[in-house]
Amino acid sequence: MARSRHAFDVRHQSGFPTIALTCFFLLYLPIATLVVYAFNSGTSIATWEGLSLRWFQAAWNNDKVIDASLRSIQIATCAAVIATAVATMAAIATTRTRPYRGLNAKYAFINMPLMVPEIVVAVALLIFFSRIKVATGYSGLGYLIAAHTAFCIPFAYLPIRARLETMDLSLETAAADLYASPWQAFRRVTLPLLWPGILAGLMLAFVISLDDVVITEFVKSGGQDTLPTYMLGQLRRVVTPEMNAISTVFLLLSIAIVTIFFFVSRKRS
Amino acid sequence: MPERPEKSTIEIRHVSKVFGSGENAVIALDDVSLDIRENEFFTLLGPSGCGKTTLLRLIAGFSYPTEGEIKLYGQDIAPLPPYKRPVNTVFQSYALFPHMSVGENIAFGLEMLGRPKSAIRTRVEEMLALVRMEHLRDRKTAQISGGQQQRVALARALAPQPKVLLLDEPLSALDYKLRKDMQIELKRLQHETGITFIFVTHDQEEALTMSDRLAVMSSGRILQIGNPRQIYDRPAERFVADFIGETNFLTAEVTGLANGKAEVALPGGAKIHALLTEDRELNGAVSVVVRPEHAEIVSNANGADLKGRLANIVYFGTDTLYHVVLETGETFIVRRQNSRKSVDEFSEGTAVGIILADGSAQILRD
Repeated sequence: MARSRHAFDVRHQSGFPTIALTCFFLLYLPIATLVVYAFNSGTSIATWEGLSLRWFQAAWNNDKVIDASLRSIQIATCAAVIATAVATMAAIATTRTRPYRGLNAKYAFINMPLMVPEIVVAVALLIFFSRIKVATGYSGLGYLIAAHTAFCIPFAYLPIRARLETMDLSLETAAADLYASPWQAFRRVTLPLLWPGILAGLMLAFVISLDDVVITEFVKSGGQDTLPTYMLGQLRRVVTPEMNAISTVFLLLSIAIVTIFFFVSRKRS
Repeated sequence: MPERPEKSTIEIRHVSKVFGSGENAVIALDDVSLDIRENEFFTLLGPSGCGKTTLLRLIAGFSYPTEGEIKLYGQDIAPLPPYKRPVNTVFQSYALFPHMSVGENIAFGLEMLGRPKSAIRTRVEEMLALVRMEHLRDRKTAQISGGQQQRVALARALAPQPKVLLLDEPLSALDYKLRKDMQIELKRLQHETGITFIFVTHDQEEALTMSDRLAVMSSGRILQIGNPRQIYDRPAERFVADFIGETNFLTAEVTGLANGKAEVALPGGAKIHALLTEDRELNGAVSVVVRPEHAEIVSNANGADLKGRLANIVYFGTDTLYHVVLETGETFIVRRQNSRKSVDEFSEGTAVGIILADGSAQILRD
């Protein structure tokens, strides 16, 4: 019975096409519907009344939307940059060393935010930050940036570490052999080769921060809505296709970032 | 020309290297001492795991000796980091920087040394000419062949004019033809640059053809140091004799000593003179080594040093190997060069004799 080179090929199992198509529909149909109704000329998100860009215009003219968007981008940029810088250092420290007892514990420690339930972190930060607020009187964006940085670090760390682990160590040795001090070797050899990993980490962290609701909702002070928390607030009242329009722009932005990353990383490797 | 004492570029004194500690400790180098002379092509030869690459890495500064001194022109460099040693390496994997062009790779060491831009440009052109790669200066290293990468690696390591060039099995990734070309190329480069080369290989043929002198290593120790002729013709130990070329081992009885030679009785009773590596007291049974091409096969066994039956004839094109089973049951191989005139005077299964030329046998240190 040599039907196939592989002993088990999932594509030949009965029902495979049905399951696959169902999954695709469940994943993409809601998103497709959301995008389509962003262009609805009526005020309903369920009854189609004609093609229009009025909700994109409405969102663009809504000061609260613009304000929340700018805040989201500001927080995501700061958090992604800081998290990536920290993650790069952590990745170098954990890969450019001989294995020792406790290294695995260190990996687990760095990746902790991936494992701890977000709601736990949110409550903990709420309590922690409120004490600081009382003590210092500061209530700016710093808290949100700090919180976002913390949960972005593991997302930035993973691609950077993956890149470092596949890098030929003899390149750094060769740089040292050719009179490069450790700092010169890092700047001239390690960093340029690590760049695709750092960029991947940066973009991943940016998208993760942009998307966050739970921690933001708990940590933010009054008037510090980000786009997701603003949308959550709106959904409690009247739902218009304006939400669809904002979501559509959000979706396009994410796709653009992922696409840019894909081309950058392919060109580099 | 008057004799002058050879100047040592590198002096290695009682160097040991231990990896790990306690029960897991591995002794990679065990009290190694070695002098490498100026402008010499010196080879470290041995099987994998013998410590040759460890020794090279200690000289380069990629790791530090557990004990001992490594002197470069009299200065102890053992504690210096690699970027402070005037020593460059050609890596087995070449380790070319993939994000730089051929020219940028060659310029890297000079830039790190802070040489002026114009001097770097001139030097890069010189090096490209030296390895005949002028036309590929702006190529990325992934866009050139293995042989070309090898040349770039050489040019990059030679550009800063190091006192010593270290080569870690640089030819092992090349195919046979290219390897032969690069062997000649390396000798030419060493001649033209006048730099001391330390070459690491497990290929005995490469070691014999390229080296001025070589050290044979095994289990973290140096067994013998000498020029290729001394190592091949006069191996001091069984491992050296066995590792390099084909060899016949015989057990013999010492019957007398005179002028650095020993008279030994061979298994069949015949007595021959065998060479000693060092003067020392000898008696009883010793191991004697004879290279297959230093023995002669004759059809008349009378008066021959060894007698036996011809078991096998293997034709090699340039030579023929005769496998002779001696009366003791051991196999002795004789190599004879073929010529147009040679006729097949021997046939398998017949009785033959073997004559050992004077000085062809060597007594091994046990």
